[in-house]
Amino acid sequence: MAPGIASPQTPARRAWRRFRAHRIGFYSLWIFLALFALSLCAEVISNDKPLLARYEGHWYLPIFQNLPETTFGGDFETPTDFLDPFIQQQFAKPGNLAFYPPNRYHYSTINYFAPVPNPAPPGATNLLGTDDRGRDLFARLLYGFRVSVLFALAVTGVCAAFGIFYGALQGYLAGWTDILMERFVEIWNAMPTLYMLIIFSALFSPSVWLLIGLLALFGWMGIAAYVRAEFLRNRTLDYVRAARALGQRNHIIIWRHILPNSLTPVVTLIPFEMAASIAALTSLDFLGLGVPPGTPSLGELLNQGKEGLDAWWISLFTFGVLATTLLLLILIGDALRDALDPRKQIAEVAP
Amino acid sequence: MSLLEVRNLDVFFGARQVVKDVSFSLEAGEKLALVGESGSGKTVTAQSILRLVEGARLAGQINFAGRDVLTMNTPQLRALRGGEVAMIFQEPMSALNPVMSIGAQIMEVLQLHKGLTRSEARAGAIAALERVGVPEAARRIEQFPHQLSGGQRQRAMIAMALACEPKLLIADEPTTALDVSIRLQILELLDQLRAETGMAILIITHDLNLVRRFADRVAVMERGVLVEQGRRETVMEAPQHPYTQRLLASRPQRDVGAVGAGCVLSARELCVDYPVPRPGLSGLFRRNQFRAVDRAQLELAPGETLGIIGESGSGKTSLALALLDLLPSTGEIRIKGEPWRADDAATRRALRRTVQVVFQDPLSSLSPRLSIARIVGEGLEIHEPGLSAEARRERVAQALLDVGLSEDGATAALLERYPHEFSGGQRQRIAIARALVLRPDIVVLDEPTSALDVTIQQQVLQLLGALQRKYGLAYVLVTHDIDVIRAMAHRVIVMKDSQMVESGPLDEILHHAQNPYTRKLIAASLR
Repeated sequence: MAPGIASPQTPARRAWRRFRAHRIGFYSLWIFLALFALSLCAEVISNDKPLLARYEGHWYLPIFQNLPETTFGGDFETPTDFLDPFIQQQFAKPGNLAFYPPNRYHYSTINYFAPVPNPAPPGATNLLGTDDRGRDLFARLLYGFRVSVLFALAVTGVCAAFGIFYGALQGYLAGWTDILMERFVEIWNAMPTLYMLIIFSALFSPSVWLLIGLLALFGWMGIAAYVRAEFLRNRTLDYVRAARALGQRNHIIIWRHILPNSLTPVVTLIPFEMAASIAALTSLDFLGLGVPPGTPSLGELLNQGKEGLDAWWISLFTFGVLATTLLLLILIGDALRDALDPRKQIAEVAP
Repeated sequence: MSLLEVRNLDVFFGARQVVKDVSFSLEAGEKLALVGESGSGKTVTAQSILRLVEGARLAGQINFAGRDVLTMNTPQLRALRGGEVAMIFQEPMSALNPVMSIGAQIMEVLQLHKGLTRSEARAGAIAALERVGVPEAARRIEQFPHQLSGGQRQRAMIAMALACEPKLLIADEPTTALDVSIRLQILELLDQLRAETGMAILIITHDLNLVRRFADRVAVMERGVLVEQGRRETVMEAPQHPYTQRLLASRPQRDVGAVGAGCVLSARELCVDYPVPRPGLSGLFRRNQFRAVDRAQLELAPGETLGIIGESGSGKTSLALALLDLLPSTGEIRIKGEPWRADDAATRRALRRTVQVVFQDPLSSLSPRLSIARIVGEGLEIHEPGLSAEARRERVAQALLDVGLSEDGATAALLERYPHEFSGGQRQRIAIARALVLRPDIVVLDEPTSALDVTIQQQVLQLLGALQRKYGLAYVLVTHDIDVIRAMAHRVIVMKDSQMVESGPLDEILHHAQNPYTRKLIAASLR
């Protein structure tokens, strides 16, 4: 008889319930989302400009305004350096106010007024120390994490979209089309990816978009293979036959019947793809072939750590951030795989 | 003392109890049938005897030849399994190791349990295969499972199980995956081997015909409880428990309406060919044609059921799919006088609504990610696009009511549910509703009840009969089960090796069959 649960259980909701039952993966997802949300607000958390300032009766929003030093009684028209002891004195005067973010450095801020030579060890001024150019390590890590995750999302998104499209075409058309497209994938797979990336990075001026394009170019085959296999299986199932017997049009059969039932492996792969993209970006940055100089990047920090082993804090904290990120993603992926495992779904249905 | 004595057996999976307080015993040389529908706990009970159920907690007592199985340590258990108690399974293809030859697998058992040398084991393996009636045993032992036919595979399984001369053989649905004509042979083989060796047989089955034919005693299980047991004649003739009575009454009853005049579907010279790769290197470039259906002829009147019966591989399903135009075919098919393969797509699509289909497996024939409303309503979206959403829901609800999905008529609550929330029988009803919502003239039923339990089978067949009388539907009923044919068909086509070997009215086929194959098929139906 029909089960006594009040609301209908969509397959997605059932999967979510199983995912939630997987405690480690569930908490990993929340921790990852929280970290990502924090990093999206990095400008408010770690910045060298006050969030809000009051100077001689006027209110300012220095984060959004470009204020020359003359505004606060300085001598030059240059943008204000709020770490300058003179500016800080100005704000210390009665009636003037400045609310600073929790960490007073932007990723690009060079602290010219640091009490110790660069790289500075962790201390009161720089929570996690500075890198070899005197930039705050915490700020670099925070922004670097954001760049990595956004980069991974973009690469994975492009890969998934193209991979699904390619795999769906292969699987649904089958026959010769499938064979030819599969041979192309095999040739493409055989290309020495890293070598190609190095050549392309040397040919073009480095930019994040170029890297996204390049990594996506060599990253979609895995997803396409899974989608192809699912399509090949699903197109022969009885519910697709039944839809054809109803006279349903091909594109609706693909869109409504086959595609939703073929996406399980894609969803499962996404966290792993993201982890792979982050690792790829980090290694390219480590080699100096990645993002343009100045962009906060975990790989570049790792390279600095390798160059100056005395500055242990650079290696240690960067490694910590990288390992945590990859671990969280893999734990999420693990839980997703369990949640979407068709055998477990069947086990739950069976009496 | 009995050979096997199970006393107050409980089996738990976590907090869930799947077997409750089951007690039975088995004497040497006796044949006991454990009968029940899927989920009744009969397989778990049987596997508990060898403690094969993983992750289960067993309570109670299992005594085999005076020893308590539940307190045995691992070496004792290993000696028991395969040595004194052997087991054969339903699907011989998955129970045999596909990368080992048949001989190697039988030899392994002999070497393990009897400590024979390689050459002795080889001779033993050949003898074992000969004993179960596999021809050319010396050659067969080099072959791999995929090279044997289904019946031979099951024989090889039995040979493997019997190689060590067990005292008890547990046979879990040993004939379900086999064709009807082979089923009988396997049962006769088991009986003959029992007579020779004096072993006891515990057979697990849902097939009452088999019980009638084979067992000395019967134990009936329902939802983990052993509700009735006794001598076969007693249980079969005078069942005490209501569940047993229901089970015995579940044989499909014939209740069919009169055939109308005219012809809704006709096929002439219908052939279906599959391309198969040629053997050897030339297979890379050239393909041979395998003819799955050879020049089939048929006609179908309104309100008539045409049964197509045959064993697996006989081409009956290909014929059904060709009638639906889901498989490319040659020859002529006319639907109410109109040729199926009309040139313009619009006519073809319009014709689609007159021919609908119900498949065998209700799990795979419903898209798992669509709600019932969308599954059943899909045909209306296509063929009656003018229908408003309200009207469509109304029609879907009416179709669900027609197929008896809910007793109280409250179908509205079911519309937003998903296939996995229903049982197998209910899912099959939904599949029938999807076919019916378009008010077709012809429904092709491809093994509509073979994936269902016997009591559900009967209900679904009754429903199909009632719907036929109500709407004057014509059925093309494809099945391997002669009981289903008996209950439903007006006329019958018998297929073998892609050919229609015989066709005619039901009574004529049942009682005056001309073709020897037909007679064999009817005789083998274990009645």
